[in-house]
Amino acid sequence: MVVPVAILFFIFHTIPFLQGIFYSFTNWRGYGDWEFVGLKNYLHMFQDADILNSYLFTFKFAIISTILVNVIGLFLAIGLNAKIKFQRFLKAVYFLPYMLGTLIIGFIFNFIFAHLVPEFGIGAGIEALSVNILGTEYAWLGIVIVTVWQSLAFTTLIYLSGLQTVDQDIYEAADLDGASGFTLFRKITFPLLAPFFTINMVLSAKGFLMAFDQIVAMTNGGPGTSTTSISLLIYKKGFTGGQFAYQSANSVVLFLVVVIISIVQLRILEKREANMG
Amino acid sequence: MALAMFTIIGPLYMTLMIAVKDPSQMDSILSWPTSFHWSNFSDAWKLTNYPEKFKNTFIITGINLIFTIFTNSLAAYAITRKRSHSKFFNALYYYFISAMFIPFNVIMLPLVKQASMFNLDNLAGITFLYIIFGLPMNTFLYTGFIKKIPVAMDEAAEMDGASPLQVFWYVIFPMLKPVHATVAILSFMWTWNDFLMPLIFLSKPEQQTLQLSQYIFQGQFSTQYNLAFASYLLVILPVLLIYIFFQKWIIAGVTDGAVK
Repeated sequence: MVVPVAILFFIFHTIPFLQGIFYSFTNWRGYGDWEFVGLKNYLHMFQDADILNSYLFTFKFAIISTILVNVIGLFLAIGLNAKIKFQRFLKAVYFLPYMLGTLIIGFIFNFIFAHLVPEFGIGAGIEALSVNILGTEYAWLGIVIVTVWQSLAFTTLIYLSGLQTVDQDIYEAADLDGASGFTLFRKITFPLLAPFFTINMVLSAKGFLMAFDQIVAMTNGGPGTSTTSISLLIYKKGFTGGQFAYQSANSVVLFLVVVIISIVQLRILEKREANMG
Repeated sequence: MALAMFTIIGPLYMTLMIAVKDPSQMDSILSWPTSFHWSNFSDAWKLTNYPEKFKNTFIITGINLIFTIFTNSLAAYAITRKRSHSKFFNALYYYFISAMFIPFNVIMLPLVKQASMFNLDNLAGITFLYIIFGLPMNTFLYTGFIKKIPVAMDEAAEMDGASPLQVFWYVIFPMLKPVHATVAILSFMWTWNDFLMPLIFLSKPEQQTLQLSQYIFQGQFSTQYNLAFASYLLVILPVLLIYIFFQKWIIAGVTDGAVK
């Protein structure tokens, strides 16, 4: 049983991966003849405005979204963990966005930014809100908002499950020692949540570096190419732009970026966990 | 808290309001409709060919769930039990787990070429690929759980004359219920909501999924907001219903899956 499964996995997952690496050293356009070009694709990437822009945008977007999702998620989790009414109902509502398809959420927010926000902006006389943000240089902010809106559900839930493992006696003991408010949070809650912080940071950063659906639904990479993420660029130029081999090189770099960032995050955060524990 | 609540309910309320209005009522978007245009739903139903797309999505998701649960749990069982004394199985374990680091976008270019070569750019093919691609994550989830089941359980059943497959089927498989639930929920959400794989594999209109049909619909009817929003609701509705009924298990299942 295991061997056939492993063989199938090798054929349909590992071979395409290796093929991608192989083609990244060629000049194949996806059809016709090709020849080896060595590292030319990789070297060319450093001078390609499209590629540099997509990396710049994706990093900016991923870093800001990761920070926002984790900060807001942590506070929401603390709020939800307090003894409040309708706690289970609230939890259920908060988790809802995670269940919905990113594409549809993107369409819905596309409308909000195109019609609802400007309608409100004009009505309230706020000039900054009276235009469709997705058509301006701030389009990336719109994408951050949607991404955070959807991803918060998951992040909050993980922090919440972390908070529920915290023994309440610790707080009582700390309370007796005279600690309160922010000190409690900094000295007790946050350190105890460290492993959950690690999971959230790694998963959200990895996910955001891959962003695709919401961008297709909201800006399709525009205006211009200002919100073209790495994934979207690979999709567009790789399939229809005759850049099969070149975008394969881009995929390999994206893979390395994701692996390196994940490993670095794990290392740093685990070290921090160990220091605090 | 209340503000955060509003940001979640607000967009959904707006979606519903737009879906039940006609264009003449759109001058104030959030107001309660003066009359309800339920025909938006039937129009969207017909225009997107909803029953067909629903059937496609349902088949992909259903077959994926069934096969994933049976094949992946069995594979993970074999790997967990044999990796302590077999270098080969230990290597397999690390092979599958390390594949979690390879994002789908990275393999998609060659995969599309390969899929058309193997004739997998259709409903059956995409279902097969979902089952294969879930393997790294599911192996991770299943092995984590199976490790905690004492080997003595297997041995006792073997003493009673059960074959390894019988041990798995009668003893281990039922004990895996909590992980089955997690795997089923994660696979369901992935396949039901996935957009990228249908986009690159399913070109024939009659094979499209719900998500993909929305994308195409959006392009064709970009100004008919009421229809579009009715259509979004039709796609969201099955997920909403499932969520309302299984909410407790879903939240617990996803948390378990992530924290392990």
